[in-house]
Amino acid sequence: MTTTQNLPDQLLVTEVESPPLTLADLTWRRFRRHKMAIFGAFVLVFLFLYSFGGAFFVTEKYANKTNTKERLQAPSAAHPFGTDTVGRDILARTIYGGQISIVIGLTAAFVEVMVGILIGAIAGYFGGKIDSLLMRFTEAMLNMPTLLILIIMSKFFSDKIANVNILGRTISGSVIVIIFIIGLTSWPYLARIVRAEFLSLKEREFILAARATGTPNWEIIFKHILPNTIAPVVVNATLGVANAISSEAYVSFLGMGVRAPTATWGNMLENAYRYIETAYWLWLFPGLLIVLITLSINFLGDGLRDALDPRSRTV
Amino acid sequence: MTDNHTFLEVKDLKTRFHTPEGTVFAVNGVSFSLKEGETLAVVGESGCGKSVTMMSLLRLISIPPGKIECGEVIYRDKDLLKLTESEMEHIRGKEIAMIFQDPMTSLNPVLTVGRQLTETLRTHTPMNPDQCRERAITLLDWVGIPDAKNRLNDHPHQFSGGMRQRVMIAMALACTPSLLIADEPTTALDVTIQAQIIELVKRLKQDVGMAMIWITHDLGVVAGMADRVIVMYAGFIVEEALVDDLYDNPLHPYTMALLQALPRADRRREKNLKSIQGSPPNLLAEPVGCPFAPRCEFVKERCVRENPILTEITGGHKTACWVDVKTGGLR
Amino acid sequence: MTRYIVRRLLQAIPLLLVISLILFVMMQNATDPLATMGGRTPTRPEDRARLTRQLGLDKPVYLQYIYWLIGNDWTKVDLDGDGVAETPGKRHGVLRGDFGTSIVQTGRPVTTVIWERLPNTLILMLTSEFVIVLGALLLGIYSALRQYSLFDNILTGLLFIAYSMPIFFVALSGMYIFSINFQRWGLPHLPTVGMFDPKIGKTTGQIILHMILPVFSIAFISFAAYSRYIRSTMLEVLGQDYIRTARSKGLPKREITFVHALKNASLPIVTIVGLDLPLLLGGAVVTERIFAWPGMGRLFLDGIDRGDTPVVMGILMLIAFAVVIFQILTDIVYAWLDPRIRFD
Repeated sequence: MTTTQNLPDQLLVTEVESPPLTLADLTWRRFRRHKMAIFGAFVLVFLFLYSFGGAFFVTEKYANKTNTKERLQAPSAAHPFGTDTVGRDILARTIYGGQISIVIGLTAAFVEVMVGILIGAIAGYFGGKIDSLLMRFTEAMLNMPTLLILIIMSKFFSDKIANVNILGRTISGSVIVIIFIIGLTSWPYLARIVRAEFLSLKEREFILAARATGTPNWEIIFKHILPNTIAPVVVNATLGVANAISSEAYVSFLGMGVRAPTATWGNMLENAYRYIETAYWLWLFPGLLIVLITLSINFLGDGLRDALDPRSRTV
Repeated sequence: MTDNHTFLEVKDLKTRFHTPEGTVFAVNGVSFSLKEGETLAVVGESGCGKSVTMMSLLRLISIPPGKIECGEVIYRDKDLLKLTESEMEHIRGKEIAMIFQDPMTSLNPVLTVGRQLTETLRTHTPMNPDQCRERAITLLDWVGIPDAKNRLNDHPHQFSGGMRQRVMIAMALACTPSLLIADEPTTALDVTIQAQIIELVKRLKQDVGMAMIWITHDLGVVAGMADRVIVMYAGFIVEEALVDDLYDNPLHPYTMALLQALPRADRRREKNLKSIQGSPPNLLAEPVGCPFAPRCEFVKERCVRENPILTEITGGHKTACWVDVKTGGLR
Repeated sequence: MTRYIVRRLLQAIPLLLVISLILFVMMQNATDPLATMGGRTPTRPEDRARLTRQLGLDKPVYLQYIYWLIGNDWTKVDLDGDGVAETPGKRHGVLRGDFGTSIVQTGRPVTTVIWERLPNTLILMLTSEFVIVLGALLLGIYSALRQYSLFDNILTGLLFIAYSMPIFFVALSGMYIFSINFQRWGLPHLPTVGMFDPKIGKTTGQIILHMILPVFSIAFISFAAYSRYIRSTMLEVLGQDYIRTARSKGLPKREITFVHALKNASLPIVTIVGLDLPLLLGGAVVTERIFAWPGMGRLFLDGIDRGDTPVVMGILMLIAFAVVIFQILTDIVYAWLDPRIRFD
């Protein structure tokens, strides 16, 4: 039941010299906002199907098949996205590269969330010296140039981990490395948010009640407080996936990320700038895919943020 | 010094807000007039449309999603609703001024009080900066701020709540407007400060000779300062009377209920204060029938069907009700 | 106020020490300078051993860190491998401004090496930031005033898309359109490599011409992000009660927007600009690689490629230092701008 007392002050402000909106205009706008998030979700599903479903149409062997006679061919019927510098079909590579990029995004975000929640919860709940120590550490991490550290760590650890065999596929060890490095450098932001939530929630009465009845600490943290912090965690985790995919792309683009034989959308762009005059398809297709997935995740994250936090009012 | 000439006339004002949740029917055909030097009180509960009505007068409503659907606001032979924005800028602050409820948030925190005072003068009068400054000091003195000269360079957060409201009043009266609209200026203040502000405003009004519209939900305040009262409910005016007539002889059930809900020192101590049953109406629906019908103890079948029109019963005393509250039967 | 500044500066010191420790340990574990040695790998075991001792790599990590921090000219180093320390060390340590010498550019002090490249990056960064802030202010304010209009809606959508793009995509697209395709179509095209054309020389005109594409790439994304932020900040400010009061006083719209509203909105805007500036130093890496701009980012990448640990450490510390200092500076500027804090 809305009465004027609930109308935000935003309604009583600047007059705009544009024709007044009809009810139809406003309904469409609101619907469309949700539409953006739904659109984002659809695109994500599509990209998912493209990468994982595409594997049914194209084998990995084909994606990795080099054929120097066919190198650097423009898009054609045989190779809809063209071929790269050693004759591999780019379309096929984007399919398998997409799998890796998406998996990296998801697992790195997972690592970030796990570490972030752990540190944020412990610091926020126990307070005192533990909090000071953890926060000092977090602050130090926040002040460090993340991308540069990613580059360094990725370059030097990538060689050290052996290739893994999963589901009959050989995956370069550098994938594992980059997942952990991204996760381990992006947690501070989330940790701060979780800590803030814990600091405010732990004084609430239902927590005091739980403590009074002798509930063990870990149970309070994980069963009582943590579920109440879901909203910012979910939003951040979603955006963290986009961030992870982006970060991997940046690092791989510079040649320090994921190594052969594994393809990702990022490392397909490596050195593509050298061929910019002759072979635009080298960077256009993987680049577009990265833009597409980042965009759709951002849409989704934005929609989630609106849905989960009614107080945020960006129009 | 009251001139009995009517200088403001509002006719059938309707304001609506088109929000994603639906259309809010905030003001539904409000008509009233005001004479020079008169104090009109506008009474009603939160959400009844009193603020929106006054904001519509000055066209301070945000146009999307708000819209002034129809009506006329005749100020000295000019329809304010038909003026251009820049013509309105000449009216606001100069002819008609407004002060608001919360002095804490109504003053700009990053600008000095002096600047916020002198800018009105700079905009509306041909005074030069030094003259503006002098006048600002005079204004602060006039509203009772000590050490006015040095206070010009202070920022709003350096003043207390009551002093901030005085500053707001000084700002509003800087160009000696003909009309001051006060939107619940004392609601956010302590009771003792409230009294001070009310006394101040009464004195200033006499000095300047301006008319005043005082919006409040507090009937106690009305008794001490108004000449005439209009009572609003759900975007309609339900009663209009001279202040004494209203208190002695309320004609509308809502007014009666309001007066009965007021704790009074001269009445016998009752066990419970009488409250109005039911809840305020949903403004998202286009009003059909009398808006107070669901809560009225005198309700008749006609009330639910047909919205009563504001009609004059005796000299100057109008009500919008089908029922004669003295007899309980239809008029 | 001065006490506040001093306190913040004192707090910054242990923070920087912690950061330097973390970075140092990371670098020691991640790099092996002997492996690449600027391309000249020493093959003989005695050479390797000598080099190890010379670079102090035979010592435990904590000792290496201490030497890095405060030098080793107060102690002796064992250079000839006989187990007896006889040569006095030559390093003064970071705290005295000695970041060591570059391995790649043998013998040259790290500070000199970085200092050569720093101005090039700064030119790029500061120009970009200027373009970003100016453009975003104009766009953000304009679209906040035109909220709900078609222009605003389309713009919000476009900005969202722009802001989701990775920088290399923007750079490559920019290169492709404005340089290569323009050239094909016979239009004057923008250069894509380096800071100036060697045939013409390092003139201001040349630098500006070569700066256009890199600045465009950097600015494109940040511009979108800033515009969105400024727009939402302005919208929030415009919804405040004091703007309503200003309107009721009949003040002209321009004065309300640019004085009453903007002054309040500028506080959070100053904050993000201040915190964003030092990050630009690191963010240049990709852009400098694509456009072959001879700045600190290129130096960093080269340093990693060739195992030049001291230079890399120097760059990392510089950025970390900039971030910490800028945080303090931003807080100070904010406190100075906001009268509510300034006069308490």
